[in-house]
Amino acid sequence: MSDKSNDVLLEVKDLKKHFAPHQSLAQTLSGKNRRVVKAVDGVSFSIHRGEIFGLIGESGSGKTTTGKLVMKLIDPTSGSIVFNGEDVTVTDKERTQAYRRQVQMIFQDPYASMNPRFKIKDVMDEPLVIHKIEGDHVEHEKMIIKALTEVKLNPPEEFMGRYPHMLSGGQRQRIATARTLILNPMMLVADEPVSMIDLSTRAEILHMMKDVQRDLGLTYLYITHDLSTARYFTDRIAVMYLGRIVEMGRAEDLIDNPLHPYTKALIEAVPEPRTGKVDVIKELPISGEIPSPANIPSGCRFHTRCPYAKPECSSEAEPELMDVGNGHFHACRRYKEI
Amino acid sequence: MDKLLEVKNLKLYYHTSKGAVRALDDVSFDLYKGETLGLVGESGCGKTTTGVALLKMPSPPGRIEPGSQIILDGRDIMPLPEKEIRKNVRWEEVAMVFQGAMNCLTPVYTIGKQMLETLQEHRDMDKAQAEELIKEYLGLVGLPPEVMGRYPHELSGGMKQRIVIATALFLKPKLVILDEPTTALDVIVQAQIINLLKKLKKTFDLSFIFITHDLSLEAEVSDRICVMYAGKIAELGTNQQIYGEQGPMHPYTEKLLQATPLLHKKVDSLSYIPGTPPDLIDPPKGCRFHPRCHKAMDKCSQEEPPLLEVEPGHMVACWRCGK
Repeated sequence: MSDKSNDVLLEVKDLKKHFAPHQSLAQTLSGKNRRVVKAVDGVSFSIHRGEIFGLIGESGSGKTTTGKLVMKLIDPTSGSIVFNGEDVTVTDKERTQAYRRQVQMIFQDPYASMNPRFKIKDVMDEPLVIHKIEGDHVEHEKMIIKALTEVKLNPPEEFMGRYPHMLSGGQRQRIATARTLILNPMMLVADEPVSMIDLSTRAEILHMMKDVQRDLGLTYLYITHDLSTARYFTDRIAVMYLGRIVEMGRAEDLIDNPLHPYTKALIEAVPEPRTGKVDVIKELPISGEIPSPANIPSGCRFHTRCPYAKPECSSEAEPELMDVGNGHFHACRRYKEI
Repeated sequence: MDKLLEVKNLKLYYHTSKGAVRALDDVSFDLYKGETLGLVGESGCGKTTTGVALLKMPSPPGRIEPGSQIILDGRDIMPLPEKEIRKNVRWEEVAMVFQGAMNCLTPVYTIGKQMLETLQEHRDMDKAQAEELIKEYLGLVGLPPEVMGRYPHELSGGMKQRIVIATALFLKPKLVILDEPTTALDVIVQAQIINLLKKLKKTFDLSFIFITHDLSLEAEVSDRICVMYAGKIAELGTNQQIYGEQGPMHPYTEKLLQATPLLHKKVDSLSYIPGTPPDLIDPPKGCRFHPRCHKAMDKCSQEEPPLLEVEPGHMVACWRCGK
């Protein structure tokens, strides 16, 4: 394990982000505290160098907030983030800027993440300007061409003069990736990078991202709600529910042999392109919808929807992640019974 | 089985300053009573446009071209005046749940008021009667009657979608067009809504047209699947013919399926379709898919393949698949 731990690029420990709702003066004076929204509530994981780590969850599970915390776009309420051996939880402006050069982000919407009045050349130049990368126009242009070549936009010169609206969704997401690569980052955070791209080209973008990752030895944090692409794309997966990780393991272990009832339900619900299911009403092991993060159930936070829940599940302390070997963790005390 | 709907040579063009965008170009298909027909394809292939055309309400500058026929229950609705369509067809016989409809509920009215308004617009009934009916329909989609007093922001996406579905069913339509009804929902909620739709279909004896870009989801809901590409039908077959072991026949469907990641199968690489769908003002000559097709031959760029029946109930528009 010791040599493995040297390999850790990012370590997140007991990370929490609680949002306090806005209160009026009258509410504050009356002493009635409105409930705090616990978006991320004690998340710990580590990502190894050169690994693709998937964070899976429904809307409201806290996966995007976790991504924002890792990007340092928002400050955590508590917990720590250690990147490349250095604690970066609290940093000054300069250090944050340097950190963001090493950890870059690809956003979900390739249509909204680019200035429509910029040519691709300017879109690509923006990070160089923001991070005050040395070099004149000629040198910057060389870097841009190199980055565009890495994402296989050929010939790069032809794309530099175009505007974002002249490109397809897939090409834009390539530009978005190239724009992050230009700063030579160590890690990319990708929040639903393919959910807005057509099915026929989705695989193409995932391929490209995988190739880039292999060629440049990058590390990815891949945030998605889609288990099927995660299975294909990631090495390890963590499943989040209501601000906490409930199961974590190698992608195939977790999907072929899920231990937590929530993961089981998620897998059960995923449709598959096979015939003979039209007349079947799918049996869903869990009912209802994810509760509000402002009102988290006591004990195991999943017990209100769990088909196997017993009275102890709500009264006992919240279960921590337990190791069953082979790097497979889960947070269910009753996993053997189910 | 009886036909509920026959669509013949349906053409819908958007007349823009740059020329006519041929969004639907000669689309023909049938829908049988009690059936779910799936429309599937990439964005811009004409799935939603087909739905809108069936309601006879293309958005300007769109126009349904002469020669198109939409025969609903034995009657061609194309020559009918707008007044007649409003009175007896739209929402009465054919209803549509639009994509993102759940986000179009008015934020300032309660759910009860919005549903009441819809109902009283079309039916002559007093408030008490209408409220009774609303409660009944809320029950049918699995919501408690208290929801009537709630505002949209107090409800989850799944609940709002249930309300939109209930509202679409008020006037007892025969055909309901569902445009991406679960796209914005989480996977567990999606499965719940699909189960609900299957139950409602039986209860009300409905026929569905189910529009989605998700081939996996289509496999779980549709009896027959119509794969569209660039405003035309590429392949139309039964669930078994498209998803069964033999696999689909059109190279486009084949590639789309290969590009779909599977949950229970680890593959090293997924295939994908290079390029993008064509510009519909000036679509490529011959087969519209040929520039992206891995099986294209000379003929494909010259002559357009007709949609032919290659086996009973299985239509394919591909020169490679002819007899």
